Amino acid sequence: MKKLSALHLVLTLVVVGLGLTLVIGPKTRLVAAPPPPPSLINGAGATFPYPIYSKWFDEYHKLHPDIQINYQSIGSGGGIQQLKAGTVDFGASDMPLNDQLLGQFSFKVIHFPTVLGAVVPTYNIPGVNAELKFTPEALAGIYLGKITKWNDPALTGPNAGANLPGQDIVVVHRSDGSGTTFVWTDYLSKVSPDWKSSVGSNTSVRWPVGLGGKGNEGVAGLVKQTPNSIGYVELIYAIQNNQPYGRVRNSSGDFVKASLASVTAAAAGVAGQMEKDVRISITDAPGKEAYPICSFTYLLIPTRIADGAKRKVITDFLHWMLANGQTMVESLNYARLPKSVVAIERKSLGQIQ
Amino acid sequence: MNYRLVWRKSVNAVMLSLTGLCTLLTVSVLFFILGYLIWNGAGAINLDFFTKLPKPVGETGGGMANAIVGSAKLLLLAALTGVPIGFMGGVYLAEFGGKTFSFLVRYTTDLLNGVPSIVMGIFAYTMVVLPMKHFSTLAGGLALGVMMIPIAVRSTEEFLRTVPMTLREGALALGASKWKAIATVVIPAAFRGILTGIMLDLARVAGETAPLLFTAFNNRFWSPGWNQPTASLPVMIFTYAIAPYDDWHRQAWAAGLVLLGLVLLANITARVVLSRKLSSAAG
Amino acid sequence: MASSASTFTPSPRPALTGRARVFLLRLRSGDEVAHLITLIFASAILLITVLLAFELYRNSALSREKFGWHFLTTRTWDPVFEDFGALPFIFGTVVTSAVGLLLAVPVGVGAAIFLAELAPPRISDALAFVIELLAAVPSVIYGLLAIFTLVPLLRTVVQPFLKEHLGFIPLFQGPNYGVGLLAAGLILAIMIVPFIVSISREVLMAVPVEQREAALALGATRWESTWKVVVPYARAGILGSVFLAMARALGETMAVTMVIGNDPKISSSLFAPGYSIAAVIANEFTEATSDLYIHALIELGLVLFILTIILNGLARLLILATRRKGTAHP
Repeated sequence: MKKLSALHLVLTLVVVGLGLTLVIGPKTRLVAAPPPPPSLINGAGATFPYPIYSKWFDEYHKLHPDIQINYQSIGSGGGIQQLKAGTVDFGASDMPLNDQLLGQFSFKVIHFPTVLGAVVPTYNIPGVNAELKFTPEALAGIYLGKITKWNDPALTGPNAGANLPGQDIVVVHRSDGSGTTFVWTDYLSKVSPDWKSSVGSNTSVRWPVGLGGKGNEGVAGLVKQTPNSIGYVELIYAIQNNQPYGRVRNSSGDFVKASLASVTAAAAGVAGQMEKDVRISITDAPGKEAYPICSFTYLLIPTRIADGAKRKVITDFLHWMLANGQTMVESLNYARLPKSVVAIERKSLGQIQ
Repeated sequence: MNYRLVWRKSVNAVMLSLTGLCTLLTVSVLFFILGYLIWNGAGAINLDFFTKLPKPVGETGGGMANAIVGSAKLLLLAALTGVPIGFMGGVYLAEFGGKTFSFLVRYTTDLLNGVPSIVMGIFAYTMVVLPMKHFSTLAGGLALGVMMIPIAVRSTEEFLRTVPMTLREGALALGASKWKAIATVVIPAAFRGILTGIMLDLARVAGETAPLLFTAFNNRFWSPGWNQPTASLPVMIFTYAIAPYDDWHRQAWAAGLVLLGLVLLANITARVVLSRKLSSAAG
Repeated sequence: MASSASTFTPSPRPALTGRARVFLLRLRSGDEVAHLITLIFASAILLITVLLAFELYRNSALSREKFGWHFLTTRTWDPVFEDFGALPFIFGTVVTSAVGLLLAVPVGVGAAIFLAELAPPRISDALAFVIELLAAVPSVIYGLLAIFTLVPLLRTVVQPFLKEHLGFIPLFQGPNYGVGLLAAGLILAIMIVPFIVSISREVLMAVPVEQREAALALGATRWESTWKVVVPYARAGILGSVFLAMARALGETMAVTMVIGNDPKISSSLFAPGYSIAAVIANEFTEATSDLYIHALIELGLVLFILTIILNGLARLLILATRRKGTAHP
């Protein structure tokens, strides 16, 4: 009779442990009655709206426990690519797809704007707690690598009392394909001819300087840990991490801070144009109160969804998003869609077959 | 006193103490890693960590239950693919192999072993994810399984070779056919070694992140079956570590501690078992 | 021909010739079956590896056709204008691996010497085991630790120190971020030391004791006997371990991508951010928006694959050479 060795014991434990987790794991869902087979939808894309999307999908799951919408924030570029490859059911991007990009798809895709958000310059300067004011020239100069120190006149000019140090500016940008990058570079292209000709605007550009962070989360993380750094992130990321973000001078000459009011103001007046095409850029928008670096963000939905159950889930979710979902966005500092845009989208829901 | 002798003696003392220092440095790294993980992660390991799902971005709390189950499923699949191929391949090399073909097999096994894990991920993406049009546990498990093969082959072959010829010859002399001798005498004799080799292999593959990034992808919910994306411990650690949320950092430490704990446990057990086997074989 | 159920006469079979008969006999006895089964599995390994290499080659076709050999020498990596070059990534991979090796080899060989020559056998075994455990630590955990301990340490203490005292060397100039080539090189060094230690220790212990005794008999100190006799004898094996460690360092993905700074630039300073082949694939693969982009990334993977094959091959040859030398003794 062989003795029970330590090996036997450990092996048994491992096998039993694995078996238990496999059996019990999926069942700890606190649902008393056996649930109907779950509807699983996979989506991927922008990190810009990730906080509100993850909240939406979580809430929707609570309302419909048999529906799981798994959204991964891998960046707008990733959302576009994975939708094109067919590995996800829907994509998400802050950058609207132009006709040339749409042409690369083998199927038709509709853009559904979901929320409005702002991209803010967040910074980490030890000893400086004041709220900084950035001119468009300053931002372009920093990201072009032409303004290298915090006490450059372009920065100390509008920020007389801030006591900016003579330290090197650590520039942080995105390392992945990002809609937030698109919004930021779109704005810089509009306000700086230099930027437009040398770098341009896209989800992924050739950055003159800087460190790369993965996702909005990565940029916020890098800025948080690196002194004398500056990065661009969606507003909620700066707020949730208690990081200071600056005011930006808009086209009317006022230094505006990103907020629900200033973001909503940026979208005022474009609803008419969106009737024809929801793909629109609202950076450097006119208006005294408007924050200059805002954007709509879009869900990319294929018009033909073969699986009937999936189609129903997606269209139901979009209905819910346009009604109940919109009531949750302001708590996370995203602005609601203008009413006229909601109406436009309800009409396009019919296009999903 | 001869100056040259004094010089040589002092060089001797200095260099030898330096080597001791190098050893100290290297060994202390492990304790530093363990200590740091325990310091930061122990506090975050609670029941929630093992039973709850992740919470939406920015909210504190939640856990990594789905990642733990996901990793378990991935490892199960990896074992089911990698172990049979590796084991049988090792048996072939040790017992049946012809000269040139064995050389080829060994060479390609070495090649496969050297493939960077990210390249393995690319392979699984093009072979499984794209045709299936799905990120899936299957793709991730297969990628990990292929990574397991070389070490499974090598340890099977090595341990089979340690079985003395006398055992084989004895079995054959008693009238067993070759395969019967292998199956009933040689393999059981090498069994413990082979098993520990496989356990170490599993432990190594449990910590791999890169091949999962575009195969198993990630999932905020439970992943039913095998053809949906799934969360896994290493990918969660990566995602949480590079993010700015402090709560996510806490959870990353906890997950790191759990993962490292399991890996170290497997390695220590393997070593203990092997040393006992050696001493029992010698004694 | 049989009529009743009680007698059964089997119909005559054609007589089997010698070889076929032996084969069938062995088949029935299971040997050929076993041979066949294991052969199939072994061929599966061959098949998988060939398939892997083939897929890498096939799926990088667009990029190879468009850029040819220039791919290896172009500095640009521009997804917008679809101009791709591997040089920044090869640079980053090579530099970080070089830094890693420069730091790991002295420490690793030193520790191996201590364990093989000086430490009593039981302590040597125990410590060697602990060091092997280090090799089992997953890469992502090294990365996790590096972000929160190594990077701040570099940024606040080490890099300013280097800048102040050695700042005249271009390697130590420029802005100080914490993340960058030096950080990646350091974490790689920590990760590959265990490999160098365990293999070097083995080859050192395999050196015949007569060599040492001869040196000591001639009046050498312990150190001299080790450094001038034993180590050169085991030179090939130690070099082999270095190549193996290098191959491992080249393919490291997670820890590197978490601390290298993710900037595809070539710079003369170790403080600057860089990018490695494995890191860029990990970051950009899921979002490469055009076929050429994906193929360029896969071509990078192919380059890495070939590099590691060459290094691994060299390593095996070298280690084999020492082993053979060590045992071929009258």
